[in-house]
Amino acid sequence: MTIPVHKYDVVIVGAGGAGLRAALQVSEAGLKTAVLSKVFPTRSHTVAAQGGVAASLGNVTEDNWHWHMYDTVKGSDWLGDQDAIEFMVKKANEVVVELEHFGMPFDRLDSGKIYQRPFGGHSQNYGEKPVNRSCAAADRTGHAMLHAMYQRNVKANTQFFVEWMALDLIRDEDGDVLGVTAMEMETGEVHIFHAKATIFATGGAGRIYYSSTNAFINTGDGVGMAARAGIPLEDMEFWQFHPTGVAGAGVLITEGVRGEGGILRNASGERFMERYAPNLKDLASRDVVSRSMVTEINEGRGCGPDKDHVLLDITHLSPETIMKRLPGIREISIQFAGVDPIKAPIPVVPTCHYQMGGIPTNYKGQVIVPKGDEKSVPVGGFYAAGECACASVHGANRLGTNSLLDLLVFGKSSGESVVEDLKGNPRAHKPLPANAADVSLARIARLDNQKNGESVHEVRLAMQRTMQKHAGVFRFNDLLKAGVEEIKKVAERAKTTEIKDKSKVWNTARTEALELDNLIEVAKATMISAEARKESRGAHVRDDALDTAETPAGRDDKNWLKHTLWYSEGNRLDYKPVNLQPMSADVESIALAKRTY
Amino acid sequence: MDRAEYERLRWRCIRRGLLELDLTLTKFLDQEFDKLTEPEVEAFKKLAELEDWDFLGLIVGGKELSDPHEAAVLAKLRKC
Repeated sequence: MTIPVHKYDVVIVGAGGAGLRAALQVSEAGLKTAVLSKVFPTRSHTVAAQGGVAASLGNVTEDNWHWHMYDTVKGSDWLGDQDAIEFMVKKANEVVVELEHFGMPFDRLDSGKIYQRPFGGHSQNYGEKPVNRSCAAADRTGHAMLHAMYQRNVKANTQFFVEWMALDLIRDEDGDVLGVTAMEMETGEVHIFHAKATIFATGGAGRIYYSSTNAFINTGDGVGMAARAGIPLEDMEFWQFHPTGVAGAGVLITEGVRGEGGILRNASGERFMERYAPNLKDLASRDVVSRSMVTEINEGRGCGPDKDHVLLDITHLSPETIMKRLPGIREISIQFAGVDPIKAPIPVVPTCHYQMGGIPTNYKGQVIVPKGDEKSVPVGGFYAAGECACASVHGANRLGTNSLLDLLVFGKSSGESVVEDLKGNPRAHKPLPANAADVSLARIARLDNQKNGESVHEVRLAMQRTMQKHAGVFRFNDLLKAGVEEIKKVAERAKTTEIKDKSKVWNTARTEALELDNLIEVAKATMISAEARKESRGAHVRDDALDTAETPAGRDDKNWLKHTLWYSEGNRLDYKPVNLQPMSADVESIALAKRTY
Repeated sequence: MDRAEYERLRWRCIRRGLLELDLTLTKFLDQEFDKLTEPEVEAFKKLAELEDWDFLGLIVGGKELSDPHEAAVLAKLRKC
């Protein structure tokens, strides 16, 4: 069987914020560029981002990159690499102004400058008081960003392959990456995209959890592909949970609801946050509120027939206040929780929101792996940016508005690295290995021939329930240990999924089965990395990590100030040091301290 | 609508940028789509082409549509 081969200088997988920004950089440099996407670019999950993008422009309140860097390092609970963080915050103003020139309709001040609003975790003068750092386009920042960058890519002659699903990474004997295999959904045919450089910008894998704010598209395709190709995954135990997702549906109820006076209640109607955070109560930080909610549920004070959620109550607010201050919340609640919040409280649970870990990269967007005695050796021809990558700027916990900044800065820097490499060292494509498409063809043949297997839906649900129960927002040693065994069993089941529809043209069942292969890699990485990390840090919180003088809030810098690396083969774990040294002499390392707000 | 055309439409409905649309449209396809009249199918196809935030705004907002087939489909979407 001959497989069609498409030759490009650069192939980019994913057309959300990071993919479009990377594509622009390489296309405008004159490199022949293909971008593959499962969906039309402006329907990528970046569209959901509402908060804005962080940059220390100082247009509203005094600000500078030093303060932004401090906030980001502290937010990361010191797991972020300080060279990458310095690089990101220093580049922030540049990428935001560029975006403005691309036609992004940022909100403006009367002076014409970009308006900026405050956001959690961002501060002036090293934690002293809140700062206005977020640049937004009303509540459609992600949407406007995608549109501005897509239009510009079309002008730059970027070639889009829309409704194509990348399947597997192609590596040669040297370990260099030579492109990907991909399936055209319209025909079901597998093609090869042969490239001198491959950039992954495939987003996160939040769908590994039962309760997730992520769109269905977030199946961690790039992360799974990298893992299957022998690339380790970094810090996959760190997932950010949002306290108030609608129970069952996952749909996000914004923090603004509690800001306007919303109260969390348990089964007996008690305002339980008064016990956990007597001062800030329902407005304590995301992780504190989430853990308190889970404790209530675990101790039997959850609501509903299964006692599996708590209630977000705004019935004490006047209907006028709700309509005026919280537009859209009533409609979202009626539609997705089946509850009119004017009359009854909204059922909510902490819900998976963002993947901090991913494919390990440096600040240039190069994918880096251990080799011999070296811990960070670039993989030839392979780059990653955005939520699928781990640069690592978010460390153990991401600050709001730093995700859009991440995808702009590292989308651009990965593109710049590719241009530098291919222009500085012009060369022909390396020859494809003879078996370049074998792995993908075997995966599809397995699906076509499988008999007596389980449905993809059943196995996916088993994975999601296992992750939710064993590696949720609050983690327990015995649950994690059992979770490792459980998820391995689910992974075995995923190897024999069966689809009834074997047709080739527009077979969405087959696509979902292929997505599950990617999700499973991420789920295993998360559970195994989480079980191994015997401390609390940022979003990874264990109930057995004690708060002592040496381990404040359970964080154990002596033993665990290091990045996890998980290898799919044999579920092997390795570790590498956190880079506490900034990139330049402009700033000193931000010293370890207890993270308090 | 033949199988391939339906499956293509299905993919474009169950993989949106917003979770809210994934949930609503999945339910709609599973529970309502088979019962639509021909003109309603055409109306739904047109609505499905909307930008994500516009489509969601329409489903959860109070705005009514003047086209009777689109209005009928919208009423069904709102029940999902």
